[in-house]
Amino acid sequence: MDRRTILKGALAAAALPAAARAQGRDLTVVSWGGAYQDAQREVYFRPFQQQTRNRLLEETWDGGIGVLRSRIASGANTWDVVQVESEELLIGADEGLFEPLDWAAIGGKDAYIAEAVNDYGVGAILYSFIIAYDRARMAQGPANWADFFDTARFPGKRGMRKGPKTTLEMALMADGVAPAQVYEVLGTPAGVDRAFRKLDSIKADIAWFERGSQPPQWLAAGEVALTVAYNGRISAANATDGRNFAIVWTNNIFTLDSWVIMKGSPNKAKAVEFLKFVGQPAVQAALPPKIPYGVTAKGVNERLPAEVLANLPTAPQNIANALQLSDRFWLDNLDRLTQRFNTWVSR
Amino acid sequence: MRRPFGAAVLTAPLLLFLLVTFVAPIGAFLWRGVTDDEVRPVLPRTVVALASWNGTGTPGEEAFAALVEDLRAARSGDRGAIPRAAARLNADRPGFRGLLPMTARRVEAPFEGSARAAVLAISEEWAAPETWGAIARAGGPMSSFHVLAALDLRQDATGAIGQAPEDTRIFRAVLLRSLWISLLVTAVCLALGWPLAWLIATARGLPATLLLAAVMLPFWISLVVRTAAWMVLLQREGIVNAALQASGIVDAPLPLLMNRFAVVLGMVHILLPFMVLPLVAAFRGLDPRLPRAAASLGAAPWRVFLRVTLPLSLPGVGAGCILVFIQALGFYVTPALLGGPNDQMLAWFVGFYATRSVNWGLAAALSIMLLVAVGLCVALYGRLAGFRRPGAA
Repeated sequence: MDRRTILKGALAAAALPAAARAQGRDLTVVSWGGAYQDAQREVYFRPFQQQTRNRLLEETWDGGIGVLRSRIASGANTWDVVQVESEELLIGADEGLFEPLDWAAIGGKDAYIAEAVNDYGVGAILYSFIIAYDRARMAQGPANWADFFDTARFPGKRGMRKGPKTTLEMALMADGVAPAQVYEVLGTPAGVDRAFRKLDSIKADIAWFERGSQPPQWLAAGEVALTVAYNGRISAANATDGRNFAIVWTNNIFTLDSWVIMKGSPNKAKAVEFLKFVGQPAVQAALPPKIPYGVTAKGVNERLPAEVLANLPTAPQNIANALQLSDRFWLDNLDRLTQRFNTWVSR
Repeated sequence: MRRPFGAAVLTAPLLLFLLVTFVAPIGAFLWRGVTDDEVRPVLPRTVVALASWNGTGTPGEEAFAALVEDLRAARSGDRGAIPRAAARLNADRPGFRGLLPMTARRVEAPFEGSARAAVLAISEEWAAPETWGAIARAGGPMSSFHVLAALDLRQDATGAIGQAPEDTRIFRAVLLRSLWISLLVTAVCLALGWPLAWLIATARGLPATLLLAAVMLPFWISLVVRTAAWMVLLQREGIVNAALQASGIVDAPLPLLMNRFAVVLGMVHILLPFMVLPLVAAFRGLDPRLPRAAASLGAAPWRVFLRVTLPLSLPGVGAGCILVFIQALGFYVTPALLGGPNDQMLAWFVGFYATRSVNWGLAAALSIMLLVAVGLCVALYGRLAGFRRPGAA
């Protein structure tokens, strides 16, 4: 709970009388802030206001289902459209925090890639967990997860995310499990044991990161030879810090953030109009050149320059053998596997 | 009796302040470690029906009927309560996160025949005694679940307490590790701090001021900044490794970061003043004529030290050690930034369960464990050394 959240809470409380006549409230769209929301403002928010003559208010948040829950429970919700992570989409839909989505009104399910379609949300961006290494230090890098686990051919420390999520999937793929079978195998006790055995083989060489900013820093400082990373962070380091980091896309693990409409929004019609606007391929195509996330409307790839497309999780060659992170699996299994992972990692 | 009353009035604001900002919130947090209040509001009838169940075999029809009735009531009331209860049950038995909301959805429509058959048709999980055991254990209002988990123990459906599975036993080892690191840090602080304190206490004029300032200086710099400075110094291509390589002492960079060495180093650096200051106070309060008297009576210098100086400085040693040890036991940032995964102390796990996995019950239970450990250490110190003020002997 940072200062900003508290301030926002205070503002929301002060706005209570205004909420009573919420009909007059402007459409409020909430996203992740930072460079990402700057890009969204230019590509989505301003053009939407200019072309549809609607007023749009922006806010930012840091995620967390508790925030959405308390907004709905308090009856003083002032948010209409919110960008959420895939896990929040799943839990929020379970708890009835979101309006069911009228797909016909935003272009139909066929207008989007299959992964972006959900009864309560429409995918906004895709991002991936990939392997990264520094070309300045390693001429011939790894080609897949098996190579990532091969300390003989690629000596040195490897960065991985501290936690079982994504780490166990990577271990199984390194052990020869096809992406399509990963969650099937991981659903059995033997499969979990197999993943931990594979991790055991390189345990002494793993450096565990807890923040997404660490992998590019570690690569730059030579702290690790290889690392798991978010694709956007690596592209950003190349673009702004002049690095020459390579991204290995083979069997990358991707996930989505989605737009949802908050339950009981008085601006539902405008919210749908907004989602329809940002769902157009011509509009979405302007986002990836500014920030390297994949977008979700079909027909965007054809509009992108080849060098931009090559760095996106949605490029055909990058998504072809990728694995979508299963939120359903992790909702059920995160508690026990985290406990086991913590025990394993601290021995 | 006027004076005690006046003192009570004067200290009342402070006591009230401590009560409101310190005792009450900590108490409320720790309370979560021994209570369970997420499942009962959603499944009140089921919890009651399970009270008479012995924990072996699948419960009878009345438990299933109660479950169906509870879930229907919850679906029509606060729908958010079902996933919250499911999250709590999932911490005990994986699969509940999906099982409970799914079952609630599927039993909402009326059905013919027995509730037992209908629920078992939804998932075989409901035939397992441990599924029901998890609900019974979470029934509250008081609960030993989190405290047992913090001790690597668990209770099965029949109420018998046993060890947690081998591959998830962690917290006892973490507690021992925290105690060991704290002990190590205290010992190093004492070994480094004693001579330094002696030097400061016996120096006069400017050198004494400068030495004391050098000890105090780190107090004015944020703990995180000092820890981050160690990261810069110790990293693979950091200043220390560069110097070692340039001078030809080592060929390849040494792994100085992300290990126990870095953690102890960083913690000693931060905690050293807490050892030095009580020692300086003890040395300054020491009558300088006593060692001289011992020497004039013919004692050799080592004998003077062992029989006179050392015993007289013991209250300062005790105070310094207990200060350093207790602070070390709760360290969080330094091990998190400088240590590897097997250097994390209990506080890291408290933080992990409080903020990352949002399992406040377990976080509170671990805090209770930390508090009890500190309490035992202080009690032990009290028995061994007493809480006399230096010089009051």
